[in-house]
Amino acid sequence: MIATQFIRVKKLNRRSFLQAGATAAGGLMLGFYLPEKSPLAAQTSSAAPAKLNAFVRIGADDSVTLMIHKSEMGQGTVTSLSMLLAEELECDWTKIRNEFPLVDPAYGAMMGAYGSLSIRTSWMPLRQAGAQAREMLISAAAQKWGVDKSQCRAENNNIVNTASNAKLSFGSLAEDAAKLPLPQVKLKDPSQYQLIGTSKKRLDTPAKVNGTATFGLDIKRPGMLYASLQRCPVFGGKVASFDATKAKSMPGVKNVVQISNGVAVVADNTWAAAEARKALTIQWDEGSRANTSSASLRQMFADLAEKPGANARKSGDAAAAMSGAAQKLEAVYEAPYLSHAPMEPLNCTAVVTDDSCEIWVGTQIQSVAQQTAAGITKLPPSKIAIHTEFLGGGFGRRGGADFIGEAVEIAKALKGTPVKLTWTREDDIQHDTYRPASYTKFAAGLDADGWPVALTGTVVCPSFGGLRNGVDSTGVEGIVTHTYDIPNQDIQYHPPDAGIPVSYWRSVGFSQNCYFMESFIDEMAAATKKDPVEFRRRLLSKDPKNSRYLNVLNVAAEKAGWGKPLPAGHYHGVGIVNNLGSFNAQVAEVSVNQGKVKVHRVVCAVDCGQIVNKAGVTQQIESGIVYGLSAALKIGITLDHGRVQQTNFNTYDPLRIDEMPVVEVYLVENHENPGGIGEAATPTIVPAVINAVFAATGKRVRSLPIKAESLA
Amino acid sequence: MAVVKFTLNGKAQSVDVEPRMPLLWILRDVLAMTGTKFGCGGGFCGACTVHINGSPVRSCQTLASGLNGKSVTTIEGLSADGMSHPVQRAWIEEDVPQCGYCQSGQIMTAAALVAKAPNPTDADIDEALHGNLCRCGTYQDIRRAVHTAARYRRAQIPADEKAQEKGVLA
Ligand code: FES
Ligand code: FES
Repeated sequence: MIATQFIRVKKLNRRSFLQAGATAAGGLMLGFYLPEKSPLAAQTSSAAPAKLNAFVRIGADDSVTLMIHKSEMGQGTVTSLSMLLAEELECDWTKIRNEFPLVDPAYGAMMGAYGSLSIRTSWMPLRQAGAQAREMLISAAAQKWGVDKSQCRAENNNIVNTASNAKLSFGSLAEDAAKLPLPQVKLKDPSQYQLIGTSKKRLDTPAKVNGTATFGLDIKRPGMLYASLQRCPVFGGKVASFDATKAKSMPGVKNVVQISNGVAVVADNTWAAAEARKALTIQWDEGSRANTSSASLRQMFADLAEKPGANARKSGDAAAAMSGAAQKLEAVYEAPYLSHAPMEPLNCTAVVTDDSCEIWVGTQIQSVAQQTAAGITKLPPSKIAIHTEFLGGGFGRRGGADFIGEAVEIAKALKGTPVKLTWTREDDIQHDTYRPASYTKFAAGLDADGWPVALTGTVVCPSFGGLRNGVDSTGVEGIVTHTYDIPNQDIQYHPPDAGIPVSYWRSVGFSQNCYFMESFIDEMAAATKKDPVEFRRRLLSKDPKNSRYLNVLNVAAEKAGWGKPLPAGHYHGVGIVNNLGSFNAQVAEVSVNQGKVKVHRVVCAVDCGQIVNKAGVTQQIESGIVYGLSAALKIGITLDHGRVQQTNFNTYDPLRIDEMPVVEVYLVENHENPGGIGEAATPTIVPAVINAVFAATGKRVRSLPIKAESLA
Repeated sequence: MAVVKFTLNGKAQSVDVEPRMPLLWILRDVLAMTGTKFGCGGGFCGACTVHINGSPVRSCQTLASGLNGKSVTTIEGLSADGMSHPVQRAWIEEDVPQCGYCQSGQIMTAAALVAKAPNPTDADIDEALHGNLCRCGTYQDIRRAVHTAARYRRAQIPADEKAQEKGVLA
């Protein structure tokens, strides 16, 4: 199976795609090669490419293979990281191959793709790796020619002798170069960039239009069996007892195993396992959360919001300023639990023997996957190989390792047999580690001219990032990080014990707090009928550190035609955010018809510092906006009797193509340090839409998703 | 178990499976053709879209028992070289995929659309692709690429002939 895929991809790359390249793909081509062999398998091939450093391999055939140590979940990492390496290596962009390497300390203590950090943490090391490899090839060539290094330069997969015009190919030098020590290198000045800052097509597109890209769910190993796991419908519940007699008699069923999270049926195909699972009879010990409902949680959050919490941000004397204010506003904002629902359901393939464990998975954090497997198998990490496959979406969900642990537990029970665990969509929606629900009670004091002098807030949001002085930053980011000029502020925080598993969801705390904050700012502007853009401008203009912030606001307002006439029934709303080292402002144009909100157009101006791939940044902004729009308009998790009520994409129905607005992205270019981009745009779209809905209807939406009844 | 005979990507295929087994899992687990994706299993997402007798259908909702004599086309069979179908060419040109997981289904639905609508409007595209979810949010690129695909298709017949003369299409 593996060999076939290899040949198939290779054939496509070498022949068909090369030929199609000129017409269909504009000359760009690349093969996505399978990861290097497991360290657990004997490696004897003498033709292995020379390893110049942890990131660069060069074969005698002149092939340049770049190790992509971050997961590709759609955010374009394979392409942007290749650009960083190739920029310095001076290799022929069209001959690059990529591999996802195994876990190695060379790729960082926490190898993975999370926190929109891939570019930020690769920016220096990958350019350095490319430059080192280039200098080593130059040194090898200089030695061969017996000339000084200064007489040689790298160009298009060759080292050129500038005196004689002689050339040696990378491939012919690689073996010698690999024996040299790692040199000190000087990186290019931005004025010399040839790839960085341009717009490149994705290297993984060809494999993703013909079914050959291998996702975790596509893995097949010799003798592999398929598992489906029944978990307790109530969070924290456990198996009390079960009867598998009927399930075991179903066609294709090979085994039934109990693991810590439930009871797994193992069969000879995915469907047979899932069908037989329905025939299990399980008595659950539902634990202490069986009476949880959305209403009971809301009450718990609301009660806490009346009590003093941990200090999350304090400046000036908010109480005094509030009592002296000419006008006081109060508002409670709420956001629901959200499932990530990546398009590819969670899955993991594992085989465990007495002295090894091998895993094929789409994971965001390979190091955590390895540690999880080590904990279950009691094997040292060196005996655990994590093969990274393409991820059919991550959004934070695949940073967790619950599904990996489950697969390893099942595989451990079936020693020596590879097992693929596949979650159903229902499993995914009902057993996520959710974006936490949040409840925030705000008050603002305005002076006689309508400018804010005090802001207070009590944030109630379940914690998962750990408490520091009683505060989980993931619960308050976006509220405590804004840079509006409000002299007196007092923000407090409570972590309620809600018993629902929660974790990172694209843009984390910003996903709800940017909505709360930017909508409440809009309420302040509306209180004295100030223009929302002008209001923000004034609150940002005092501190010169806000210049990038102000700039994106101005660009978005101008490009959207803020203040200019719109088609009848259309209204504008604005939102801005500074998250993960990037700034963006969005203007949404909406209409509301009998309570139904339609978003027509979204203009986003973004400043993410130095851009690596313009096309990639634009794609991620569009992607983030769609992800946020689903949360604003459509999706939410509710609970009853401790159970999630939504089941599949019928009841948890994200944005579809007919609801897609026109999105225009404007990039502010500069050479500031690169910021994160994968999560940048998700928070901002929510207040932009909600504020436009207010402009259209005069109704302030303070809980999500928008309900038509509340606007009719 | 029952033997089911159908045509798969132009070739005769026979499988011995449970009559209730969905085509999706016959393709993926029995025949190891994993280009067709599992997204929801309930007909809500379109990731599993294939063509049966030329029409787009959800393979997760198509049972083995109904397959006899049918002609099934999957993403693997859309073009001989995996890239020359007008929709594939357009998807490469417009660089549509992000994670890529939904794209087999999007492409199969789009291929059925451009086969019958030579010049689809945005509204036609939205209607045809309403059932295909993309969590990465590639919708705007999909709309653009369907227009491009339709343009390629309108020009396709002479282009194909020219290509074959030069032996470009293997
Ligand atoms: S998997 Fe068939 S429609 Fe979703
Ligand atoms: S490209 Fe990722 S779900 Fe569509």
